[in-house]
Amino acid sequence: MTPAISVTGLTRRYPDQVALDDVHLTIGTETITGLLGRNGAGKTTLLRILAGQEFPSSGSVRVLGSPPAENQNVLRRLVLVREDQVYPDFQVYPNFKVSHALRAASFCYPNWDAGLASSLLKDFGLRAGKAIKSLSRGQRSALGITIGLAARAEVTLFDEPYAGLDAVARQIFYDRLLAEYADFPRTVLLSTHLIDEAAALFENVVVIDRGRVVLDTAADGLRGMVTTVSGPVLAVDSFTQGRPVWERRGLGSQASVVMVGQVSDDDRERARSLGLDLTPLSLQQLVIRASGGSAGAGSLTMRTSA
Amino acid sequence: MVREMAGLDEGGPLFAQVAERLAGEIADGGLAEGARVPSTNELAAFYRINPATAAKGINVLADEGLLDKRRGIGMFVAAGARATLLARRRAEFTGRYVVPLLTEATRLGIDADELIALIKETGNEREGASL
Repeated sequence: MTPAISVTGLTRRYPDQVALDDVHLTIGTETITGLLGRNGAGKTTLLRILAGQEFPSSGSVRVLGSPPAENQNVLRRLVLVREDQVYPDFQVYPNFKVSHALRAASFCYPNWDAGLASSLLKDFGLRAGKAIKSLSRGQRSALGITIGLAARAEVTLFDEPYAGLDAVARQIFYDRLLAEYADFPRTVLLSTHLIDEAAALFENVVVIDRGRVVLDTAADGLRGMVTTVSGPVLAVDSFTQGRPVWERRGLGSQASVVMVGQVSDDDRERARSLGLDLTPLSLQQLVIRASGGSAGAGSLTMRTSA
Repeated sequence: MVREMAGLDEGGPLFAQVAERLAGEIADGGLAEGARVPSTNELAAFYRINPATAAKGINVLADEGLLDKRRGIGMFVAAGARATLLARRRAEFTGRYVVPLLTEATRLGIDADELIALIKETGNEREGASL
């Protein structure tokens, strides 16, 4: 099957910096992928290029089999919800309302579901008659998410979609995203800083750091892949001997070592008898290490790339 | 804040935890033999996880012959699944519970006689409490 998104050798240069540097990426059809990385890593540039809103300096980008730029056949099957979603100029259209934004979206997206849009608005507590200019930051995000889900676009891109949304509203987003994905599978790419919160939604994760892809792997495979081993120095050293280690810290007779590799039942048994604590690293901690230019991150990339 | 995943944790692959939960329900009789197992999407919504992860969990049990696939209908608990799981748990009992118990007892200087007495005492207390 043709992948939903296929990027090869993509570079995007600005006069003062390289936003994307030789990015290679393949996103399978009907998957949910987390796009992770620090601010300024290049996530937004990548999403904008995928949505045809920006052009590559070099390299090839294919979405649903074709280059997206100025390609209506691709763009009408794709939605990008941005953190700073722009709505019509309020000077020109002072009375532009939520309902107008939904109407406009219904013309853009052939699979638009108006019933879903109004049920999402209801969940988020947003009135259709409310003027866009008077929306709070969180309400704007809720509107963006509503449009992103109700578009039922084959390729659905969310770029940090929930500025200003509280934890309850974000949970609504996650739950509705999963429900929608179950009923109408589509290719979802979600960039987020709230990694631990969103981690379980992802089938795959892509981590970008300084314009380069530093990790591209199945999300569930990462869980339990890196473990912190702590306890008495001698026991910790004996347990972690011969294993790839990212970091070692010591305090008196105690040590704490971040170790790469799956922990077997036998390992657990041994740790217990040595009086060691094993704590798995969360996805968020993994990403922090992968994006920090940590010397050890390379070993993880090697070990998890299929 | 880690998102609530209906009891799953960050500790290991989520698909393995889903498989373990389902196996636990079958062993405890909550999911009877012949009963329909929740669908991938139902599990995904309940645990708030990716459906592909839930599907992988179901497939673990199907590959072990604990679930039967009926085309177009779904997955069902296979005949003999409960007995298989109980036998497995029994086989794992020593390693999972007895060995750590003995390790900690040794560390605390509790000898075998004292340990047996403790087990009996606690058992009696529980029995008394449940009456």
